[in-house]
Amino acid sequence: MAWQFDSDRPIYAQLVEQIKRLILSGAYPPGSKLPSVRDLAAQAAVNPNTMQKALAELETDGLLFTQRTAGRFVTEDDEVIQRLRQQLCQGILENFIQSMTGLGFTPQQALEQLQIHVEGEKR
Amino acid sequence: MNALLECRNLTKSYGRKPALSNVDLTISPGRIVGLLGPNGSGKSTLIKLANGLLTPTAGEILVCGKRPGVESHLAVSYLPDKNYLNDWMRVSDIISYFSDFYQNFDASRARDMLRRLDIDERQRLKALSKGTKEKVQLILVMSRKAQLYLLDEPIGGVDPAARDYILNTIITNYDEQASIVLSTHLIADIEKVLDDVIFLAEGRVALVSSVDEIREKNGKSVDALFREVYKC
Repeated sequence: MAWQFDSDRPIYAQLVEQIKRLILSGAYPPGSKLPSVRDLAAQAAVNPNTMQKALAELETDGLLFTQRTAGRFVTEDDEVIQRLRQQLCQGILENFIQSMTGLGFTPQQALEQLQIHVEGEKR
Repeated sequence: MNALLECRNLTKSYGRKPALSNVDLTISPGRIVGLLGPNGSGKSTLIKLANGLLTPTAGEILVCGKRPGVESHLAVSYLPDKNYLNDWMRVSDIISYFSDFYQNFDASRARDMLRRLDIDERQRLKALSKGTKEKVQLILVMSRKAQLYLLDEPIGGVDPAARDYILNTIITNYDEQASIVLSTHLIADIEKVLDDVIFLAEGRVALVSSVDEIREKNGKSVDALFREVYKC
């Protein structure tokens, strides 16, 4: 996966978001071991201290845990992962509604558009 | 933790013209620091002072707690802003030369990086392009196990693909207790790799901050802030 960064926000915050997505997408499934800080930093082409900071935040959030000698792992707590999924979902929905109202749709119409789109995809 | 580089009231004048005035700075271990500023703001002067190539007019500069000298030369790996290697030498000659000269030079690491960048060791420097010569110099410098790396414009003449490889090498290879100070104009390319930035303006420290602090406070990248602060 290519890591991409906006230029107007802190890099560590963007790392936190992208790692969350990697966990939800199954790139790092629950219980799996994460690469080392250095390897992750190299993959994302960022400073290792910045990566360390992002991982520490994810640990505080309960998404990751460290086993002292073995390394860093993704949580196996399904509740935590579901909560994260919900949280990111809310953000996407808010953006969607905001963009659609920006185009002149009411939220209700936006919902209809979404429905039409999903049904179109099915066929 | 002891500072790797410390400047107190550091001043350097060339004749009457001050190049650096009253600079106070501390660089701790484990940091990658960008030394940024427009042409003539004192970046190279600061790096040369740290390396003992220049002596302060006033104030003090300490490297690993000592004045620059024989001991600090072992601790510091310096990439000058010009080519200083003998053109008639082959790349392999220079590797042996560095191995003889620096006890902390890791020849196998250098050879490995040369291979990755497709540089033929049997070539004479004379036969290499400007960019390739720069790569060779940077590889030599980064292959020393030093405490402080002072890189003056390390990626200026290097193509973007090699630049990525070199930055990657810097991130993955430096020791956690070591620090890297690099001066550059190519901020956008390098800011993701930096912990801190130092802005110099007319020989004075204009700003010291972490990259994420700048982004958080100003809502813009270091590159954008630089363009604003130094607008011509």
